[in-house]
Amino acid sequence: MARPSTLYLSLLLLLGLLLLTLHAHSRCNLANDTRRLAQVARLATRFSLTDLALCTEARYSRHLSQADRHAAFQDHPGALEHFPSGSLLPPPDR
Amino acid sequence: MRTVIESQRNILDYALSGLMRRRGKTFSLILLYALVVFVLASIMFFTHAMRRESELLLSGAPELVVQRMIAGRHDPIPLEYGRGIATIRGVSRVQPRLWGYYYDSDIRANYTVQTTTDDSITRGTLAIGAGLARMRSLKKGDELSIWGYDGQPRTFQVATIFTVESDLLTTDLVLTHEADFRELFHFPMERATDLSVTVRNPREIPTVAARIAELYPDTRPITRQDILRTYAAVFDWRGGILIVMVSMALLAFVIFAWDRASGLSANEQREIGILKSIGWKTEEVLILKLWEGAIISLTAFLLGLIGGYIHVFLLSAPLFARVIKGWATLYPSFRLTPFIDYYQVAVLFVLSVFPYLLATVVPSWQAAIVDPDNAMRGSE
Repeated sequence: MARPSTLYLSLLLLLGLLLLTLHAHSRCNLANDTRRLAQVARLATRFSLTDLALCTEARYSRHLSQADRHAAFQDHPGALEHFPSGSLLPPPDR
Repeated sequence: MRTVIESQRNILDYALSGLMRRRGKTFSLILLYALVVFVLASIMFFTHAMRRESELLLSGAPELVVQRMIAGRHDPIPLEYGRGIATIRGVSRVQPRLWGYYYDSDIRANYTVQTTTDDSITRGTLAIGAGLARMRSLKKGDELSIWGYDGQPRTFQVATIFTVESDLLTTDLVLTHEADFRELFHFPMERATDLSVTVRNPREIPTVAARIAELYPDTRPITRQDILRTYAAVFDWRGGILIVMVSMALLAFVIFAWDRASGLSANEQREIGILKSIGWKTEEVLILKLWEGAIISLTAFLLGLIGGYIHVFLLSAPLFARVIKGWATLYPSFRLTPFIDYYQVAVLFVLSVFPYLLATVVPSWQAAIVDPDNAMRGSE
């Protein structure tokens, strides 16, 4: 029967190796992904795109950078925010 | 040296045997601890990668967008503004942008409809995002009907479908010919949604923006830097909001871990007393407790960190997708690029491992310095 410390140090080694593999995975993908992102960025230039299509539920969350300064409350003065993603948007800083 | 290593291994053996004697408590603590690290690591990886990805993707965004504001709201801009802006020194090109939204009640999704002067899009054809094609089961060459301003449908042929790789920018995008866009939405001929301005020298962008605001006080110039700043702020804010949401669970864990680590049970006090009475020195008792704390916190940290990486970069953060998605039906399928901020990982390590070690060692030191007889009796 192996000593408990041998078993535990083997477990630590295994987790460390897994972490190193993930680190290698991130390094390997970084070069390819950066190239892919640069290609997609060229689409933004070609079609004059300004925003990420992350929250498509409301116009001010779809085009965050183009929205009015009081974007989340633009339907009428004093309107309460009703879209879930709107409640996660920061207040305009300008 | 060999003796030191061997004695440390003996203490480690003893610490592991002690933890295995109360294996139920040990494993539940490691699991809970790892879960907290997992959530924090996932938030950290996700927000940092999203921030970097948006920076890279939007580095191709227009240098300067000029909107017209009426009563504080965005309104179509007259094309003559563009002709005026083109005369400003340093401006090399002014391109009117025509874009808007279309709500598809069949799939309850909002599309972004935009025009392009690209040759690939002729009258009667469209380029659509992969997300939209997926939702409507459309292939290249299929037809898509869009309802116009007059309540009559117009049919277009799908000429291009954007690749899944560009989903983060194009998932809901419908690119049309300018004439089709104006006809579809009855958009006034001498107006555009906004103007995209190209400046010869990028360092002059703020000056040109200020000049535009001076010439046309009813406009709002938005620079590429503003766009990048908006997204940087959004992901900082989202990360902050997520941390606030998990902070209650975090606080509960901190109280639990502190209580577990700092309050020695009568059994543990008796154990320390016995160890001291059979000849263990105070520092050896402390090393034993340090090993116990290190085993729990290091294992939990590594498990949580690995879990966080797999969740965000290999599984595309399914737990966070719902938060961002809200009520939207069209959501990009994207795989995040593993951009990692090693400084943040180091901070997470320090904040998750060291407080626990401290909470373990201090009460053990207090118990180890009392008389073994008193420690075994459970009194000071």
